[in-house]
Amino acid sequence: MQYLDFEKPLETLILEIEKIKEVGEKTKVDVSSAVKELNKKVDKTRKEIYSNLNDWQTVQLSRHPERPYTNYYISRVFSKYQELHGDRNVKDDKAIVGGFASLNDEQTVMVIGHQKGVNTKMRQLRNFGMANPEGYRKALRLMKLAEKFNKPIVTFIDTPGAFPGLEAEERGQGEAIARNLFEMINLKVPVICIIIGEGASGGALGIGIGDRVMMLENTWYSVISPESCSSILWRTWDFKEKAAEQLKLTSKHMNAFGLIDGIIAEPIGGAHAFPTETAAIIKKYLEKTIPELFAIDVETRIEQRIEKFSAMGFYDETK
Amino acid sequence: MPNGLPKTTKTMSSSTWFKRIKQGILTSTKEKKDVPDGLWFRCPGCKKTSTIDEIRDSFWVCPSCNHHNRIDAEEYFEFLYDEGVYELLFDNIVSKDKLGFVDLKKYKDRLVDAKKTSGLKDAMTVAVGEINGKKLVTAAMNFKFIGGSMGSVVGEKIARGIDYSIAHKLPFMIISKSGGARMMESAFSLMQMAKTSAKLTQLAKAKLPYISLMTDPTTGGVTASYAMLGDLNIAEPGALIGFAGPRVIKETIKKDLPEGFQTAEFLLEHGFLDFIVNRKELKQKLSDLIGYFE
Repeated sequence: MQYLDFEKPLETLILEIEKIKEVGEKTKVDVSSAVKELNKKVDKTRKEIYSNLNDWQTVQLSRHPERPYTNYYISRVFSKYQELHGDRNVKDDKAIVGGFASLNDEQTVMVIGHQKGVNTKMRQLRNFGMANPEGYRKALRLMKLAEKFNKPIVTFIDTPGAFPGLEAEERGQGEAIARNLFEMINLKVPVICIIIGEGASGGALGIGIGDRVMMLENTWYSVISPESCSSILWRTWDFKEKAAEQLKLTSKHMNAFGLIDGIIAEPIGGAHAFPTETAAIIKKYLEKTIPELFAIDVETRIEQRIEKFSAMGFYDETK
Repeated sequence: MPNGLPKTTKTMSSSTWFKRIKQGILTSTKEKKDVPDGLWFRCPGCKKTSTIDEIRDSFWVCPSCNHHNRIDAEEYFEFLYDEGVYELLFDNIVSKDKLGFVDLKKYKDRLVDAKKTSGLKDAMTVAVGEINGKKLVTAAMNFKFIGGSMGSVVGEKIARGIDYSIAHKLPFMIISKSGGARMMESAFSLMQMAKTSAKLTQLAKAKLPYISLMTDPTTGGVTASYAMLGDLNIAEPGALIGFAGPRVIKETIKKDLPEGFQTAEFLLEHGFLDFIVNRKELKQKLSDLIGYFE
């Protein structure tokens, strides 16, 4: 288990427990009451830390190396997942995955998401979750397939941004994202988007137009990453904490602004500490929401989607 | 040759010594004129100067090098709309600072300053008028206003422009010119991409044409939403058009970028533009295009 700097008190306690257990085993002394006491302390400390996260700490959590990625949730939430590859044009983008899967062996869904790598080699293969145009085009191809056969779409968003590369520009990164926005808004099937880690800018929005856009509690969603924002507006990388604060990018802020439809609470301690539990929470959410969305007739659902996004923004209207 | 020069320079002729080799300096000292500010226009492309009247008459395109100089909404409206007559729409919508965003400056103050220095209300101006007798709604961006950044007002004015087009059954055009999203409006600016794309689907359902004209520069969230969604995507010559900015790409790939990368010509070659249009021919082309859809 890796601990972030603000989780250090937690680490100290857990190490202490391990030490006591070790000593207990060696000396055959009963340490269970001491361990129990310390475990209580762990819970208390965890609660304290996690109920007072600042915005930058949330950003750090969203990037925790042990935080589950799309493929993890796919394997825990669904069964019978069959990955579908390629955009039928250029290549198969490994930074976005997707395919058919089944929810409780009852409901076929099309699940799509950004995928980050779990180790150095995989991180490279997955391009750190930064998709090229063909990734967005693959996603759209799969969404159209789902629409054709009236299957709901679930997207998992977790990206530091669309890839800013030379070939990405040659192949029309802007056009690919724009096309997805245009097409997703009118999809005839229910679309649920869940931000499971980082929601950076157009790269996130490119698979983020849905009837329900939800954020896991310890994630962020913004027009730009705090680091890039700092470098542009403060002209140095040093103000990332301040930028995170100013961007108001946490799930709480986003929900209060009405820019998302809700927050999916994580277990106290975060998805990285409780991945199985988090997957179960997501599953429960989908079990409830997919039928709800199917109950709305298609035209109304699309209209509501358009109206929701059309209402976003703030301005003054002078006389 | 002046005295005291080292011997190695002896081979150099005096004409080489005094010739201006620095690129862009073309006026000889003799031809230099002293004029009050505001009467002359210096082309950022070839550095040649012409009078403001001359450059305005050539649609702010440099008569020497064809550089399409950046102009804002009303300059387009003046030469596009017949007799320079048009009606401004939704001019009462202005930005506000809902988030209380502060970087080196308060967003609130930035807005006040931008209004003062640009004389504009925001980065988007919408108008309706006639082009060779054909009606067209145009939403044009103002680079002068915080780099043409896309905030809530930009999105809302596009949305209302589309509603107006639908209500009056008129074709719609957006002239893009933007550095991208307005960071000071955070996720609200991001969502303008979704909002404008959503509205454009309504225009499409009404079977009304949408022409997207990309001008220098069109980057970021603007490229990744309405700029690329035209029934026709057209651009001015030499315009920088891209998703990521050239500096970011260079830092990412750690290589120099090829010449002409992300220019309008580059995009045409890669299949993302229908054609490139010289500003001098823009009005005639637009009226032709509107004609095709009638």
